[in-house]
Amino acid sequence: MTAPVRIVLNGAPREFPASLTFSQLLDELALAGRRLAIERNGEIVPRSRFAEAAIADGDNIEVVIAVGGG
Amino acid sequence: MDTHATGMKDELVIAGKPYASRLLVGTGKYRDFDETRRAIEASGAQIVTVAIRRTNIGQNAGEPSLLEVLPPDRYTILPNTAGCYTAQDAVRTLRLARELLEGHALVKLEVLGDAQSLYPNMPETLAAAKTLVGEGFEVMAYCSDDPIMARQLEELGCVAVMPLASLIGSGMGIINPWNLQIIIDRVKVPVLVDAGIGTASDAAIAMELGCDGVLMNTAIAKAQDPVRMARAMKLAVEAGRDARLAGRMPRKPYEASASSPQAGTITPQL
Repeated sequence: MTAPVRIVLNGAPREFPASLTFSQLLDELALAGRRLAIERNGEIVPRSRFAEAAIADGDNIEVVIAVGGG
Repeated sequence: MDTHATGMKDELVIAGKPYASRLLVGTGKYRDFDETRRAIEASGAQIVTVAIRRTNIGQNAGEPSLLEVLPPDRYTILPNTAGCYTAQDAVRTLRLARELLEGHALVKLEVLGDAQSLYPNMPETLAAAKTLVGEGFEVMAYCSDDPIMARQLEELGCVAVMPLASLIGSGMGIINPWNLQIIIDRVKVPVLVDAGIGTASDAAIAMELGCDGVLMNTAIAKAQDPVRMARAMKLAVEAGRDARLAGRMPRKPYEASASSPQAGTITPQL
């Protein structure tokens, strides 16, 4: 039995029953395959590490995309 | 220099890369992606700005994204730091942008001073520029129309300086052409007017002053007919550039000069 993982995702609290890799997180959020970038606790998580790197309890995670702007 | 007759290309070169269009456009405030796409196509712009924002979690999973409408293999995507009020937030935003755009280095830095005027906070802009240049970014910096600030950005290694013509989204045109002129005269990197353009004549005047390019968003997006205004801006930037290169006639405020021959009229000479 693993401990639940509580994170702040784009400013809102989220809880998962267990740790997930970033790839699994994106699947969970229906964002897989989208052109996006992820920051964890102020540091970039490179796309090349999505499959191995995992979220940890207390992480502050930002998932961003490009939108219209001037 | 007659660039048409000689066949020489009059290109805007930013960070060593040539662009045929001197009009850069934003992608905000359009009704929908279709209008965005049509307006940007009509503008002829090759460099288009985008903002970096949190994705909506659990919403609109299937909706198209901006970069599908404006593919990065066709347009040079210029991520901005709109909405950032500190150097640190601007740097974080652009690191995310670089990851999002697969290592893309050309960015638009803007660090705002307050939410009412959206005037740039220059100390924070300079601090962010220093960090970003150190990390290998090619920084185009939105700035006040202060020649000293523009020079300092250039000295820090920015690839372009982009003084405001007037407040972002105000459509008030060029309120201080004299300051712009000083910046154009003293700065060697490209100078682009960014913010404040309201209509085509504003863009033409910016180019006639000697700006290397113009960046605008609201003037096109909030026109009654954005696609038509995009075309007007394209023509205005080209006309202003040609007028600059052609070299305007001297101003002679107190001396008229007839264009038709003085001799041979059928009326008595005065």
